[in-house]
Amino acid sequence: MYTFDFGAVLDRAPELLWGSLGTVGLALAGMLLALVIGLLGVVARSSKSGITRAAVIMFVEVVRNTPFLVQIFFIYFALPLMGIRLNPTVTAIIALGINGGAYAIEIIRGGIESVSRGQIEAGFALGLHKADVFRLIVLKPALRAIYPSLTSQFIMLTLTTSVCTSIAAYELTSAAQRIESDTFRSFEVYFTVTAIYLAISSLMMGLFALISRHYFNYPTR
Amino acid sequence: MGPIGEDQFLFLMQGLKWTVLLAIVGFIGGGIFGTLIALLRTSKNKVARTITAGYIGVVQGTPLLMQLFVVYYGVALLGIDVNAWIAVAVAFTLHASAFLGEIWRGSIEAVPKGQTEAANALGLHYVSRMKDVILPQALKISMPATIGFLVQLTKGTSLAAIVGFIELTRAGQIISNQTYRPLLVFGIVGAIYFIICWPLSYAGSRLEKRMAKAAR
Repeated sequence: MYTFDFGAVLDRAPELLWGSLGTVGLALAGMLLALVIGLLGVVARSSKSGITRAAVIMFVEVVRNTPFLVQIFFIYFALPLMGIRLNPTVTAIIALGINGGAYAIEIIRGGIESVSRGQIEAGFALGLHKADVFRLIVLKPALRAIYPSLTSQFIMLTLTTSVCTSIAAYELTSAAQRIESDTFRSFEVYFTVTAIYLAISSLMMGLFALISRHYFNYPTR
Repeated sequence: MGPIGEDQFLFLMQGLKWTVLLAIVGFIGGGIFGTLIALLRTSKNKVARTITAGYIGVVQGTPLLMQLFVVYYGVALLGIDVNAWIAVAVAFTLHASAFLGEIWRGSIEAVPKGQTEAANALGLHYVSRMKDVILPQALKISMPATIGFLVQLTKGTSLAAIVGFIELTRAGQIISNQTYRPLLVFGIVGAIYFIICWPLSYAGSRLEKRMAKAAR
């Protein structure tokens, strides 16, 4: 009969804590980069140049139809060939940003398309400035429309950070693998770490819900 | 650097076979248990609803990689000697059942209430009401999301590489280490995934657009 020994894992609590912070940092940096890529991508997607539009569509389709693990390996090996030497954690942020960015492009585009032309025209008819029309009539409702899908994509991105262990980025799963190889308490380590991930993603979901309640709490009709 | 020849290509194809098998087994197993979860999630029994909601929440709130590790080592603890293939297949089945269960719960709830009421008025009992009236309509509603998840699952099987299972991505890693041509190898591996996933994604989004038009 197997006896569980979580003590061996709990002895390494500081490492788990630092790993968790690494995971949260990786996730936040990845989200930020994904958002930037998403916004730039949406602008490029509506460019006058057919080549630019096609390039964005191809980028989105390629990223969304290949595994993150293959993407991160590709980027990990491609960057040095381009003369760029980065530490694994920064490489992981770039990979997470590129992956999340492709999804963000589609999500943001959908949100902007959901704002009807008539509303924008109504804004101009009321004498609003172009900047105000964009900020109040396009941006805020579009943000509210995309908020649920964007934030659940961000949660996915957070969970995906665990794959970054494959290039030895600094995060929770690689900490877990180190502890496992020292203690051989495989099940206990991964069970504990899974619970930590659940806590991190639940906290994020709670935070996102809180922001939404404060920011988008106005009636639509 | 070594060349990428016929042998390497065949090795990748061997890996591809396991990738496809894992995705199919996960999808079928997940489909069976997912149906059960969706039914429990929409049942009148509060305990069943709470338990399935908790299960979905845990699976959707933790990384797939961790689920693989926990099941992989958890099954070993049970004292049964199972090979890696079974352990990984079980993990993907559990993973898929939560996601499909949640997708299908939404679809069942999206079937207009009048359908249930009409079925009740006709005196249909639960099994017939679900099997003949609600589920066929829910299945149709769920198609785009179900196909979307199949793509996600296929990509997800690549994580089996990290627990050491030799599927397409792991086969690519091995060849990359042998030939020192990582970009070429992972380019090919990525292209193979794309060839599988893109037609599915395309079909899914076509279906979604057509259904959105029909609903208007």
